[in-house]
This record gives sequence, structure tokens and C-alpha cells, in this order.
Amino acid sequence: MSPLDRKLLRDLWRIKGQAIAIGAVIGVGVLMLVMMTGLVTSLDETRRAYYERYRLADIFAPVTRAPDRLIADLAAIPGVSAAEGRVTGSALIDLPGVDLPLRAQAVSLPDFGEPRLNDVYLSAGRRLDSDRSDEILLLEGFAKAHGLQPGDALSATMNGARRTFRIVGLAQSPEFLYTTAPGELAPDDSRFGVIWMSRTALAAAYDMEGAFNQALLSVGRGDERAAVLDAVDRILDPHGGLGAYGLENHESNRFVSEEISGLRAMSSGVPPIFLGVAAFLLYIVVSRMVQAEREQIGLMKAFGYTNVEVGAHYFKLILAIAAGGALAGCLAGIAAGRALIGVYLEYFKFPFLVFQLDPQAFVIGFGVSVLAASAGGLVVLRGVFALTPATAMRPPAPPDYSRAGRIGRSLNRLLDQPSRMVLRRLTRQPGRMAGAVIGIAAGMALSVGMISILSGFDRTLALTFSVIDRSDVTVTFTEALSENAILELQRMPGVIEVEPVRIVPAVLRNGLKTYRGVINGLVTEPRLNRAVDQDVATIPMRQEGVILATALADILDIAPGETLTVEVREGRQPVLDIPVIGIAETLLGSPAYMELGALNRALREPNRVSGAYLRVDGAQRESVYRQLKDMPTVAGVSLKADARDAFQKLMDTGAGAMRYIMAAIAAIITFGIVYNAARIAYAERARDLASLRVIGFTKGEVAFVLLGELAAVTLVALPVGALLGYYLSFGIAAGFSSDLYQIPAVFTPESYGAAALAVIAAAVASGWLVKRDIDRADLIAALKTRE
Amino acid sequence: MAAESPQKGATAYRISGLTKVYGEGPAAVHALRGVDLDIPAGELVVLLGPSGSGKSTLLNIIGGLDRASDGQALFQDQELTALSDGQLTRYRRDHVGFVFQFYNLMPSLTAHENVELVTEIARDPMDPDDALALVGLHARTDHFPAQLSGGEQQRVAIARAVAKQPTVLFCDEPTGALDSTTGRAVLKVLKDVNERLGATVLIVTHAAATAAMADRVIHFADGAIREVIVNATKLAPEDIEW
Ligand SMILES: Nc1ncnc2c1ncn2[C@@H]1O[C@H](COP(=O)(O)OP(=O)(O)O)[C@@H](O)[C@H]1O
Ligand SMILES: [Mg+2]
Repeated sequence: MSPLDRKLLRDLWRIKGQAIAIGAVIGVGVLMLVMMTGLVTSLDETRRAYYERYRLADIFAPVTRAPDRLIADLAAIPGVSAAEGRVTGSALIDLPGVDLPLRAQAVSLPDFGEPRLNDVYLSAGRRLDSDRSDEILLLEGFAKAHGLQPGDALSATMNGARRTFRIVGLAQSPEFLYTTAPGELAPDDSRFGVIWMSRTALAAAYDMEGAFNQALLSVGRGDERAAVLDAVDRILDPHGGLGAYGLENHESNRFVSEEISGLRAMSSGVPPIFLGVAAFLLYIVVSRMVQAEREQIGLMKAFGYTNVEVGAHYFKLILAIAAGGALAGCLAGIAAGRALIGVYLEYFKFPFLVFQLDPQAFVIGFGVSVLAASAGGLVVLRGVFALTPATAMRPPAPPDYSRAGRIGRSLNRLLDQPSRMVLRRLTRQPGRMAGAVIGIAAGMALSVGMISILSGFDRTLALTFSVIDRSDVTVTFTEALSENAILELQRMPGVIEVEPVRIVPAVLRNGLKTYRGVINGLVTEPRLNRAVDQDVATIPMRQEGVILATALADILDIAPGETLTVEVREGRQPVLDIPVIGIAETLLGSPAYMELGALNRALREPNRVSGAYLRVDGAQRESVYRQLKDMPTVAGVSLKADARDAFQKLMDTGAGAMRYIMAAIAAIITFGIVYNAARIAYAERARDLASLRVIGFTKGEVAFVLLGELAAVTLVALPVGALLGYYLSFGIAAGFSSDLYQIPAVFTPESYGAAALAVIAAAVASGWLVKRDIDRADLIAALKTRE
Repeated sequence: MAAESPQKGATAYRISGLTKVYGEGPAAVHALRGVDLDIPAGELVVLLGPSGSGKSTLLNIIGGLDRASDGQALFQDQELTALSDGQLTRYRRDHVGFVFQFYNLMPSLTAHENVELVTEIARDPMDPDDALALVGLHARTDHFPAQLSGGEQQRVAIARAVAKQPTVLFCDEPTGALDSTTGRAVLKVLKDVNERLGATVLIVTHAAATAAMADRVIHFADGAIREVIVNATKLAPEDIEW
């Protein structure tokens, strides 16, 4: 081995503490990138495989009642590779011990064999026996939420008739990854069930013998999809077609897609910020490390080593640290990604896993680390190479402290010797101090950013469920009813306030952009469930048009003053052109609002309501629920508390759960940065400090000279970091926001305080670690050799 | 650069009008104020002068470590002042050995490895162990600089400088930090190198007695040459009065 390589290994060993600290920072940045991209790629791939293996349809076509023979016509549409008809209907499940009726969807399976499309994965029990009309498969998530098992009985109301069924198996299906009760935003396993029954039995229950009310189609590779949708609508229209839609508009798929694309957006938005901060730190640290080698570089040059040889030597050192960190980051990222995927599999209810890594993440991780480190080394080496070896070898001229001395003789009298040394170093080496300040400020910024995001999630929940929605209970009717239903609710003892609502499913269209959602018809001055502006003030409903949530306006790329096309998917299914008259700030979902009367007029169905928001006397809550359960016109009741819990759970288990992991990573990076700053300052001054000890300064005084500097740098970095963090927060918030919910960047004195505390804690811990080294330093060795 | 070694009698360095100014304006320091000097190849030359008179500066410039502000320095008819950085590197690598006043060993390398650092890139090096034996350090080859005394570190530095079998050897106060016995031993090594390898040796010192062993003594003061004396008779290093 050449002596230079031996020097390299010994130097690495000597600075191992710092090398590990540097490597850890860059490693964590890489870890995050690899973990996130691996997670996203794997989820995407798993979903694709799941859909394919269970033959999920590409097109769903609900229809009022179509004869079975039309399936052949549908299958004959050019581009369609398979078609299937089935019966579905809504049901209410009545569980002993559950106050509220639970909504469910009943879905038919062919009497014999597997369905051509939308097969189910049987996770427990057995498949249906077509001879037994009381057998059902139950959605596993729902069954688990209520402790139901194969062999149990289940009582459900279908089409007005109440029956008791026997659960023979538990099933999962790619079409019900998420089950959301109609009218609700967050999925909740416990409040919406899916029942599979044999076609014959279900057709009997819903009067669908010889007919179907939902067609499923699969199409060849994508292109003619729009044409197929049109053809399907033409065929089904005479039979009450409700509008065919593609998988991309299917509720469960949309939800999964949102979550995955939320993760993807986050993985492309947030890790680069972290990696950038880590790379910046790497740059600073490496440049200072090489700077400290100036004399040795001069010496090597004096012996006749060329710039290239010397550069290669330091490049190897840098590479060992940066690539070592990146490699560790990659490996840890794979491990962390795998662990996380396990969690997400459960969350997404995928029955199997396709693990896949994104090679690009490795390339980027390695590239960024090595580039940042090389840049840091190169800048310094260029500077040193520009010097003659004679100059480089001379210890840098003692910094000129003469001017500092002049600043204040009076100040001098106030400060003791160590304090003056700290002050002079700060004022005389502003470049180095600025580097340290910016480094620590970057750590502070990351902390501020993540803490502001954590508050942002809380804000979203608080704003939505306490400020925007002030009701306790949402009641959904079986169909649009006359306003008498509201009177009936108002008369109910225990009900304090009732606010009617009409929710109409519709496809919202602006040019080529469409969104399958609902229009919420609200009273003119809503009090219980409102649309609010930026200042959280109620936006009154006006007759003239529709008010869209910010997120929805973004999706549709539409602004107030423009006209929105609303294709109603209910009743006569009119197509309406309605001007957009306002934008509402919402943090959850993507709602559209209209004035109730105006909506009803547009539908030509005056005085209709589809549900109501209730404020309920807490003491009489139970009795209100019981009365609601007994009202035949009530299809569902949801409690705001449940909805809030469901959303909290969504945010804590889905893409949002990443915030905790990222906050932890931010904390590690912040600590790494501060610790590195302390270590470098010590490395640069080890000799000076040893000299001080030799001439009689105590350990405490010597530590003060160094740690005082660290403290001062940290204090200056705090406000700078707070400011950087303010801007960083918006970037991170955008990364965490999805179409399901928006996360605002929230700044409170507490979040700044917490971030500052984190940085100060890191500084104290680093100071303590370095102080230990100062105390242990071998004075003679430090003085004898120059490092 | 020509590779053939210089014959005795040829001129190793031809220096004329060499000046060096550090800094500018009122703070400028004139370290060299027009130095004219010829150094014959193969001689042992001692450069004497008070501290701050510009000795190191001169050594650094003709050793290719620094650049002159003005004037010329020819080495074997090569204009050193006109060489590019890369050519200067080549020059140092192929011809020059240095012994620095502050030893300048690599702290993370052992004595043996410090020598190897130079033999590694030299054209015709000695075995590092032989070089260390030359300075009487064969028993300490695996020690790190921090484990060696000042004199021992200086001897490692000399071993490192001679191990490449340089054409010219520059020694900046090589005995400055040494006691008389060690000092004499070091000077003996330098003399050996001069005689056995035929290297031109230039020793900077402020110890006037050293001059007695030189072929040629240059008295330096205030950035210029005061006097050049050619010794008719030389003392052996062992006989020098300390
Ligand atoms: N890098 C430098 N910058 C400014 N002045 C310098 C520098 N190096 C040397 N000098 C000055 O040049 C003069 C000659 O220095 P030097 O050659 O080291 O003297 P000597 O080796 O004879 O003691 C001195 O006055 C010294 O202060
Ligand atoms: Mg000198």
C-alpha cells in the first residue's frame, strides 16, 4: 500500500467520530430518498399486480335495470376484452350493541365459477355455495372491526326486507380497498361493509331476475377508452344508464391513487429538501476539513506531488466518507422501506407484496453526496493549489486581531480573557463563522419546517371538525325527501338545531378536466356546516352559482367567473352549466357548494333535502340515536366524532404518517449538523486550546473558549434558521398536501420555540461530547504535531 | 527537464537580480533586494545571515517552492522563474530534496512511511531503510513523529530528503533545534550526501561555525549578499566548534 493510502486510512481513523457524524447526516438524507421512492414504487407495483391478478374492471357502468342479454352487446364493443353484469344494492347492517345502523353494499358473485371481472380474494372460510341463498362473504376489514367470523350470523336489511345471513367466508377485493360511507370523506372499516352473495339470491332480493344493474368492462391497452365509455352509455341509456365511468373515477381506486400519489409527491418533494440540507452540510464540513490539511497539502506539493495526485488523495478521503454515508443510507433506506411497506400493506389491505426498488434513487443519492463533498473539497484544493507550496506550508498567518483590540478597550475591561478570545474569533473570522451559522440555521430550518407541518395536521383537523363543521351528527336520507323530514327531525327531543342539506352526485367538468364528486346544497346562511374563506368567515350561499374548494378549483383548473359543467348523476341526470362564483378554503376533501334552493331549482325538484346536520343535546344523545335508527327514511347516521377519529386515523396511518418519520429524520440531521460544527471548531483549534492549557488555563476556561464560540454561533443561527424554516415549511407542506387533505404551514411561537429548543439541546449535547474530548486531550501530542 | 547529473565544475544555479517583495504598499516587505549568485554543482554551500535577512526566501525560490517578484534563477540552464506550476512540480520531484526548519513530517505516517512518501514518486530512490540507517534511526522506523524527539524528527526529515538521491539538497536551519552532538551527526550526513551522491547541498544556518565545513560560504544580510568566501581548507563536521 502506498504511504499516501496509509495516511488516508490513519486520517480516516483519527477523524472517525467526525467522519461518522458527516456520513450519518448524508446517509440519513439518502435513506429518506431511497426509502420513500422504494415505498412508492413498491406500492404502485403491488397495486398494479393486485388489480391484474383479481381482474379489476377498467370501466364501471351503473344502470337502473338492464336485461342480461345486453352483456353480449357490451362485450362486442370494439376495444372491450371482457364484460360482466352484476347486481349491487345498498343494505343496512344491524349489529347487536351498535346504536346506529351500519351501511353496506351488497354485490353479486356468479352462481357458478369465478367472475370474469372483479374477483375476490378469500382470506378466511370458503366460497359461496349457490344452493344456499343465505350464505354471504363479508368484507374482511368490516368483519375484523366488529369481531365477526365465518360461521357467525349477520342480520341485514335489503330493499326494505330484513333477513338473517350466515357468513361463510371473509373476502378482500381490489375494488374495496377503501370503504367510505356515502357522503363521508374518510374511509372507515367499521362503518361501511361489503356483502357478497350469489347472483340468484341477490337478484331475488332486489327484483333483478334476468337483469343486472351494474356492468363491468375491461378494455385493451387504454387508448379507445373514451369511445368505449360513449358506446356503453348509448347501449345502457334506454335502461336507465347512470353514466359509465373509468377506474380512475372509482372511489376506492381514487383513494388509493391519492394516497400513493400523495406519497409520491412527498417523496419527490420532501427528501430532496433533506438531502439538499445534508449535502450542503457535507460541502461545508469537507471544505473545512480539507482547509485544515493546508500545510500537509503544501508539503506534498513541495516533494513534487502533482495537483492531480494530491487532489486524488483528498478525493479518496472525501469519497470514503460521502460514499460510505450514501451506501449506509441506501442499505438503511432499503431496510426502512421494507419495514414501512409492511405497515402500508396492512393499511392498503393488499393481500401480497411486490417489493421493488427505484435504482434512480441510488444514483441520485450517491451522485448528490459525492458531488457535494467533491465540490467542498475542490473549492478548497483550488485555493490551496493557487498558493505556492512555500505559502501553503507556512501555518496560516495568525489572524489579524489588531483591529478587534481597537474596538473597545472599555469592552475589554468588562470581559475576562476567555470571553475576549471568543469575541475576537467571532469577529475576526467571519467567513468561517458564517459557514457554521448557515449550517446550524439549516438544521433549525428543517426542525421549524417539520414542527410547522406537525401543527399543520392538527390545524387541518381542528379547522375542519371544530370550526367549519359545527354539527354533532350528519343524517343521510334514503332518497331526496320533502322538507317535512326536516320538521320531523326538529321535533325530536334532544335535537337542538337542524340544518338541511342536499347532496347530489355529479361529474364536474371544465373542458377536459373532470372530477367525480358531489354538489352540496346548503342553506343561505349555513351555521352548522359551512364554506369558509381564508379568514374562516362563513361564505354566504348565493343563488347565482357554485362555490368550489381551492383543491377542486385546482383540479379543474377553473377560476371564479368561468362556467362549470355539472353532469348530475341522479334522477333525470340533467347537464347544467353553472358559473363559479367563489372559492372556499377547505382543508379536507374537495367539495363544491351551492345554495340549496338554487340547486333544487336547477334540478327542477323543489323543496328536496337528502340529509341534515344536527346539533344534539349531549345528555340525550343516546335517545336521539335510537330514534334515528328507527326512522325508516334514515339511511345513515354519522357522528362527527367518528368522522374526526377516522380522519385522524387516516392521517396517522396513511401518507401522513410519514410526518413522524420525517420529523425524526429532521431531528437526526439537526443534531448531526450541530455536532459537526462543534467537532470542526475543535479540530481547528485543538492546538491553540492545548497551548492555553499549557500556559495555565483550566479545563473549564479552555472549554469555554470553544463552547462559547459554539453557543454564540448557535444563538445567531436561531433567528436565521427560523426565517429559512418559514420558507422551507411551504415546500414541505405542499409535499404533504394531497387531494384528500391540505396541510397548511402553521407558525406559532410554540413551533419556533420547540425548534429552537431542539437546536439548543443538540448544541448542549454536542458541547458535552466535545468537552469530554477537550478534557481527555493529550497536551504534549497536540503541541508536538501539527494537524 | 534534463535528467543527466551535473558534473563537478558546472554551475548548478545562476541567479541574477532576484528580488522578492511580500505584500504591497506601505506594508510591503522587501525580503530579497536583487541577489546575484552562482552556485557551482556538487559543492556544499553554507548560507549565513541574521534572522529575517531573507535566507529562507531565497531557498524557497530556487527550490521551486515560491516565485520571485523579479530577476532570474537558472538551474542547469533552465529558467526557473519562467516555469509553469506543473514544470516546477516536475523540477522538485526529480531534482530537489528539502529539509525544513520545522521538520514538517506527516503526523499520521511513521518515520519509515514519511520517507516512503518521497521514494514512492522519485526516479531513482534509495531504500527507505537505508536512508534511515544513514541518519542513525534504523531502530525507530515504525515510530510516529509524536513519538520522536525534535532531533530525531529532524533526522527523519533528512532521511526523507536524501532518500530520493536528489540533485540538489536544500536545508533550512537543519541543526537549529539540535544539541551539538546530534547537530554534528546531522551535518555529517549532509556532507556524506554531498560527497557520495555528488549532490549540491545548500545549508542555511545562523550558526557561523558551520561555515568551516563548506566549500563556499555566502554571507547574507538585509535581503542581499554581503560577501562570498571560498574555503581553501574545510573542516570535517566532527571537528566543528559548536
Ligand atoms: N509570507 C510572508 N509574508 C510577508 N512577509 C514575509 C513572508 N515570509 C517572509 N517574510 C518576511 O521576509 C523577510 C525574510 O524572511 P525569511 O526569508 O524567512 O528570513 P530568514 O529565513 O532569513 O530568517 C522577513 O522580514 C520576513 O518577515
Ligand atoms: Mg528562515
